[in-house]
Amino acid sequence: MPVPTRARRRLAAAVAAVVTLSLAACGSGGGGAAGGDENALTIYSGRNENLVGPLLEQLEEAVGTSVEVRYAGSSELAAQLLEEGEGTDADLFFSQDAGALGALAKADMLATLPDDVLQQVPEAYRDAEGRWVATSARARVVAYDPEQAPEAEQFTGVDQVLDEKYRGKIGIAPTNASFQSFVTALRVVRGEDGARDWLERLVALEPQTYDNNIAVLDAVDSGEVALGLINHYYWYERVAEQGEDAVNARIRFLDSDDPGALVNVAGVGVITGTDQEQAAQQAVEFLLSDDAQQYFADTTAEYPVVEGITSTKHDLRPLGELTTSSVDLNELDSLEQTLALLDEVGLT
Amino acid sequence: MLVVPALVAAVVAVLPIGYLLVRAAEAGVAGMAEALWRERTLWLVLRSLGLAAAVTASCVVLGLVLAWLTTRTDLPGRRAWAVVAALPLAVPSYVAAYAWISVVPSTAGFAGTWLVLTACTYPYVYLPVAAALRRTDPALEEVSRSLGRGAVRTFVTVTARQVRPAAAAGALLVALYSLSDFGTPSLMRYDVFTRVIYTSYRSSFDRTPAAVLSLVLVALTVAITVAEARSRGRAEHARVGGGASRVPPTLRLGRARPLALLAVGGVAAVSLGYPAAVLTHWVLRGQSAGVDWGRLVPAGASTVWVSLLGALAATALAVPVGVLAARYATRGVRALEHASYAGHALPGIVVALALVFFGVRYAEAFYQRTPLLVLSYAVLFMPAAIGSVRASVAQSPPRLEEVARSLGRRPTAVLRDVTLPLAGPGVAAGFALVMLTAMKELPATLLLRPTGTDTLATELWSQTGVGAYAAAAPYAVALVLLAAVPTFLLSRVQARLVSADSAQAVGGDR
Repeated sequence: MPVPTRARRRLAAAVAAVVTLSLAACGSGGGGAAGGDENALTIYSGRNENLVGPLLEQLEEAVGTSVEVRYAGSSELAAQLLEEGEGTDADLFFSQDAGALGALAKADMLATLPDDVLQQVPEAYRDAEGRWVATSARARVVAYDPEQAPEAEQFTGVDQVLDEKYRGKIGIAPTNASFQSFVTALRVVRGEDGARDWLERLVALEPQTYDNNIAVLDAVDSGEVALGLINHYYWYERVAEQGEDAVNARIRFLDSDDPGALVNVAGVGVITGTDQEQAAQQAVEFLLSDDAQQYFADTTAEYPVVEGITSTKHDLRPLGELTTSSVDLNELDSLEQTLALLDEVGLT
Repeated sequence: MLVVPALVAAVVAVLPIGYLLVRAAEAGVAGMAEALWRERTLWLVLRSLGLAAAVTASCVVLGLVLAWLTTRTDLPGRRAWAVVAALPLAVPSYVAAYAWISVVPSTAGFAGTWLVLTACTYPYVYLPVAAALRRTDPALEEVSRSLGRGAVRTFVTVTARQVRPAAAAGALLVALYSLSDFGTPSLMRYDVFTRVIYTSYRSSFDRTPAAVLSLVLVALTVAITVAEARSRGRAEHARVGGGASRVPPTLRLGRARPLALLAVGGVAAVSLGYPAAVLTHWVLRGQSAGVDWGRLVPAGASTVWVSLLGALAATALAVPVGVLAARYATRGVRALEHASYAGHALPGIVVALALVFFGVRYAEAFYQRTPLLVLSYAVLFMPAAIGSVRASVAQSPPRLEEVARSLGRRPTAVLRDVTLPLAGPGVAAGFALVMLTAMKELPATLLLRPTGTDTLATELWSQTGVGAYAAAAPYAVALVLLAAVPTFLLSRVQARLVSADSAQAVGGDR
């Protein structure tokens, strides 16, 4: 039969080689060398490796046991942890936002932290039942293009964004957790009707929607939109990376009692049933230590949550000036209603 | 003998559906109805279907035209163009989408989504159609021409019909890709159905509505695959006479040459040249930061490694299903084949969570180790391999096997000595296709990879997650270059499929 035998042999040889290799790999990988060190502290980190990687290396030194970190999105990891349930290997969940921590707490997957750890952080920045604690904070700000909207320099409240002259020129990331937290704050402060009214007026102005804060800042920076609702540190990071002159966009902190000035947090919780309880608690303590808090202030341009630390690199407004906000983070767990409201006004 | 491995493949393929049913059942009938009967959900289903239809239509046109130009005409440099036309498959659609949206913001919305998906997936149609065109007997076309039909009309009425099964199989992959992709529409800010599923996970942390919605996607997929199978079943354009089919004659383009060149060049410029230019720009801009070879090289190595294993697993599972589907198209086999497509239409996050669910419970030793990651690739991409195995077996005459049987060979020996060698090129094509697709996979890789292992896709995700596009660029470039290798092999294998085929030169196809 004239099937080209040379080609066939080559194919067979290639397949055989791959099979052998993979069997060899399974043989060696199955032993546990590839990961899954029994005594390691396993951290699921929803915070990006580029932001917290060096810090978690320091953490390994501080805690004294080997640390294994798995990076992915906070909500994907929360879904994974919920799916894993009691079978999880994770000992610690380091989350980008309070919402994912709240979901795990609700499913009884986070252990209560010791009081002396909790006491280090103001009450507003921890779970009411002590199951998670904030490690750093961020503020919502209005980013603006100084050419199109010089008046934004004087903004005090988020209502000033809703001006006819910004029709089609407002950038938001409605599917992003940070925007949704802001809407939740809006609901908490103004009630359902007040929040709906604000959102409907926003939608009427045909805002541009983006996937995330970076894209919104990009759009403000390029002049594609005049105003954008983002978190403060995206701007500071960009300025640190490119220099203030190279960044066209500016930011404005709104009055501290305005829902548009919401302060949100990244935080950490210990997984229930961890076999590394001591190491996990030490890790939490490390994240609240002066070194780690200084790292957040300097490297990620976030607000430290422990008093007495100020950034040596970024000119941040003191968190104290922002915390008079009437929103309690523990009230931000009503995300379902927020989503329903966003759905209702057509922002999903 | 094939039934047992095929059943294993089926079990693997329906794992995600099993998981979805478990989760959806938690909602109860009322909960399911609540998740489904929202005006917005229905509207988004329609939008997704519309997008899939538009992308599929444009891919079929592009695939047909490019395949015809590169196989049947005297297009200058047609051999090189034949390879170039396949290469966009190596460009991850999220990279292409970012390249467009970051430079030309006005592409946001339907236009950009459609453009990027078309540019990145048309080779799914182009490759099998080009192979089919090299293979088809020119006799029918000659009859058509001799009866007075022009070249174009002959192409539309005769040639296009002959390649219909190949085009339909490719179109199916395109449609399912468009339906399940999340990255592109999300970057392009075009609201589609997958976004609802992601939003459900991301913001409510409730897996139940997401499961119900995913089952809708499964239902749509089954409908589409059944439609494709029907179109395949009705269209049989095999040779019936004896003797060898000749190599089809080359059509002279004449004055249309510049136009044809413009067409192939234009497609290459949009689908390949443009993303390449943007990536080059990023790399150059990030030069000062330098390339972190200490991360890039291991990421590249593990990308190749896990995708190689994934391709191996997917192909191994696809062979029994593909052979059965080609030779014994019983109701059960067809159900099996359709079921296997489910994984291909589900967003990666859904398949990943399904494997988290089963992995933690029943395969803890493999959880967050290479084997489970490899299994997730098999679930996600097995259908692509099944398609090409089935096609190559179906093209080879069953009489060869009948002869071997009549000469006293046992069924196992026939399978080993006749069927599998005949399926060889199809198996190789399926392998290459799965490998290049697995290289680009992100959501399942993130959740299931061994702790501490990074692939190019996960590195790209970390860098772009903090807006470090210059730092991300080397990973994107490496990913495109590495994925270009199996893509290139794929286009070569497809060509070989033909030479092997014409060498067999046996009549009575089917």
